[in-house]
Amino acid sequence: MENAHVVLRNVSRIYPGGAKQPPVHALGPLDLQLSAGEFFSVVGPSGCGKSTLLEVIAGLAPASEGTITFEGAPVEDSVPTGVGVVFQEDASFPWLTVEDNIAFGLRRMGVEKQEVRRRVEYAVDFMGLNEFAHAYPAQLSGGMRQRVCIARTLVMQPRLILLDEPFGALDQQTRLLMGDELLRLWRETGATVLLITHALDEAAMLADRVGVMSARPGRFIETVPTGWPRERDSRIVARPEFGTVTGRLWSLLREESIKALHRGK
Amino acid sequence: MGSRVNVLRCAVVASGFLLVEGLAHIGMIPRVMMIPPSEMTVALVRLLVSGTMNAHIALTLRNIGIALSSAIVLGFAAGATVHSLPRLRSILDPFFASYYSIPIFVFYPLFIVIFGMNSIPLIIMGFLSAVVAMIINTLNGLDRVPRVFRKTTRVFQMNRFRTVCFVILPAAAAHIFTGVKLAVANAFIGVIAAEFILSGGGLGYQISFAYFAFDNKNMYALIALTLALVTVINLTLFAWEKRLLTRMGRR
Repeated sequence: MENAHVVLRNVSRIYPGGAKQPPVHALGPLDLQLSAGEFFSVVGPSGCGKSTLLEVIAGLAPASEGTITFEGAPVEDSVPTGVGVVFQEDASFPWLTVEDNIAFGLRRMGVEKQEVRRRVEYAVDFMGLNEFAHAYPAQLSGGMRQRVCIARTLVMQPRLILLDEPFGALDQQTRLLMGDELLRLWRETGATVLLITHALDEAAMLADRVGVMSARPGRFIETVPTGWPRERDSRIVARPEFGTVTGRLWSLLREESIKALHRGK
Repeated sequence: MGSRVNVLRCAVVASGFLLVEGLAHIGMIPRVMMIPPSEMTVALVRLLVSGTMNAHIALTLRNIGIALSSAIVLGFAAGATVHSLPRLRSILDPFFASYYSIPIFVFYPLFIVIFGMNSIPLIIMGFLSAVVAMIINTLNGLDRVPRVFRKTTRVFQMNRFRTVCFVILPAAAAHIFTGVKLAVANAFIGVIAAEFILSGGGLGYQISFAYFAFDNKNMYALIALTLALVTVINLTLFAWEKRLLTRMGRR
């Protein structure tokens, strides 16, 4: 693939065992290439290693085997500059206001005060948080807190955004609307986006391509292109092709989900 | 709602005060046992104005201050160290859990033998009463820092020092503050109780002295002063904690 932004070759992750526990082969071996500016979603059964995949790409966890490169440079045991991560859990800092939360990373990196203010104002406006700029996370809903976390990532102007089930705790309507905002963010920033999700409709609505993973150890069974135009939003779910894409994803996932379910029993 | 509860709380305290006042005046509580609260207040004001107790008050507060500040600093440092060493923690956890079942006052005579009858044994008693509350609450606070916060600091490429200063400490602040609050109460108890047992000065010593001299006025005045000091300090800490917890969305 030309203009490959992120490349994974033969990557696997094995959690070392303890005194009485055998090692756990969580992921791979797998290959993946993301082109610059692409929106890629990953779906897979519970426990297949989706979050591990994200952590390995982000440099938050080392790969046991294989190589990962971001913009041509190897990713090892630290998060490369230009990579932003939004986690499933609420990662907003409860002792900081919305504005201070969003400015947190910029201030730690020593960005000039005026530039911090400019970027924070833009992000607050972009994420529709104007009314709550001086509120504390405890005063916000779950969806709004996740917006704060996305805004905190956005101001860092990442070239690769990794999202680990960021809308997992939200209701369906809010998820659809947050999906719209994410698509808008993706178009405006031009960043490459990798979204981990367990929701097939979310993956199908947002992504250019959806990678379907097997039960543990997670490998890509197939990558399904959605064929959506770049200008899209949640109304796409009403199109007949949307059903075809989600149907295809489910037909690939069903057997793997059954395997994962039986393993969990 | 909050102000109504506060009014009710004040009413409960005032009722108790008035009840004791009334019972003392009609003789149901003999004067040799207890003087009316109004007389305690007058005696306290006279005592403070005369300045005869100032040196003792200052001595007690100084000893509590030293015991408390060292318990907070060393308790926090010990808590943070133990938290970073899981094996050491698994060894020490049962000791921390059972610490307050040990009557540490049995060691007070030993400290007097070692250090003499001066402030050092008193400070040690205050320190020992306070330090473990600080260690336990530091451990609790650090345990409760969400893992996702640590991951976030790695995404922002923050080093260990900055992670601790800007994320770990603020995230654990509410629990650490609870440790400080308990340490304050325990340091007061440790120092004043030890002054009661054997000491040449301080509030506890003066209360004990007044008790043995049947000097009810001074004894109750000093008891009232001790209660007032602890109440003011606790109310201040409670207000800070409330602010902190409200901001953190825990209250």
